Amino acid sequence: MSNSIFLAILVTSLATFSSRFFGVITSEKIKENSKIFRWFNCLAYSTLAALIARIVIFPSGALSEVDYFVRFIVIISSIFIFYLTKKNLVYPTIFSAIILSLINSL
Amino acid sequence: MINLKYFFKGLGCVKSFDSPAIALGCCMVAIGALFKNIGFNLQESVFSTFLTYALPGSLVMAETMIIGGSLLNIFFAVWLVNSRLYPMTVSLMPLMMHKSQPKWKYYISCHFVAVSAWLIMKNNYKSIAKENRIDYWIGVGTATWSIAIIATFIGYITADYLNKDIMIGLAIINPVYFMCMMIGSMKTLQINSSIILGAVLGPAFYLISPEWCILFGGLIAGTIAFILGEENVK
Repeated sequence: MSNSIFLAILVTSLATFSSRFFGVITSEKIKENSKIFRWFNCLAYSTLAALIARIVIFPSGALSEVDYFVRFIVIISSIFIFYLTKKNLVYPTIFSAIILSLINSL
Repeated sequence: MINLKYFFKGLGCVKSFDSPAIALGCCMVAIGALFKNIGFNLQESVFSTFLTYALPGSLVMAETMIIGGSLLNIFFAVWLVNSRLYPMTVSLMPLMMHKSQPKWKYYISCHFVAVSAWLIMKNNYKSIAKENRIDYWIGVGTATWSIAIIATFIGYITADYLNKDIMIGLAIINPVYFMCMMIGSMKTLQINSSIILGAVLGPAFYLISPEWCILFGGLIAGTIAFILGEENVK
């Protein structure tokens, strides 16, 4: 294992675990029916939504090569299929992957 | 020690037809392939998922390494994108804390806090008695973590067969799956407005600061949603 890659992995895991670990420490003082718990609950959902929206709208890596309009169409139709299949998670997911690969290979 | 009945019950969560295992597996396959492309060997790739187990963080690490960033750059960039794990942990652990359970379980199992396991637990915790939730959670976490590690391995060894179109297909699975899963969990005013505002403000803040957008967008969106919900209850 080369030294620099090993250190990069270690630094990444430390940066990640620290948020989880401090989360547990904070949790010890928080009751599940308190206001602050509800606030953290909102923060958790909003940061997740922010992250997912950023990945779709300002992607990095493979997705950034797909046209903005195509991404938009795929996302909207996936949500449509999600509701159409009574909130099944598998159909919209598989649909999005296949349709995006197809459009992109045209 | 761990109550095996609940551990296995948690472990079995990923077996269902629409479990997050599919989305998680597909995107970790893409990560395995990416690791190979940036020059990691097999052990390093698997070790990375084993230790980090957070997809956006691994992506940021890879990107920062490609542009030749220092270790400090990597730490800062990963910390910013993975800081969402802090509110996620705080909004989960109090639901599982019970005085009969030893603390080490919480300190070790917090490693499993990632979107897939977190959403499974958030959707199922009410069906498990509070004192058994941590054992159930360790089961859920072990299952999703194992899938991530195995998928990284598969992605690495199949990297040469994955062309650009397949990689793009794999890349959309993760956001689509979790977007649908989040829409599915929209049940209260507070959660609904958190998700909608987060999805608007996150990308909006990207125009001001790409690095800080998730943290600032999430913090402001979550706080507005919280106030909205509290006012409405009154």
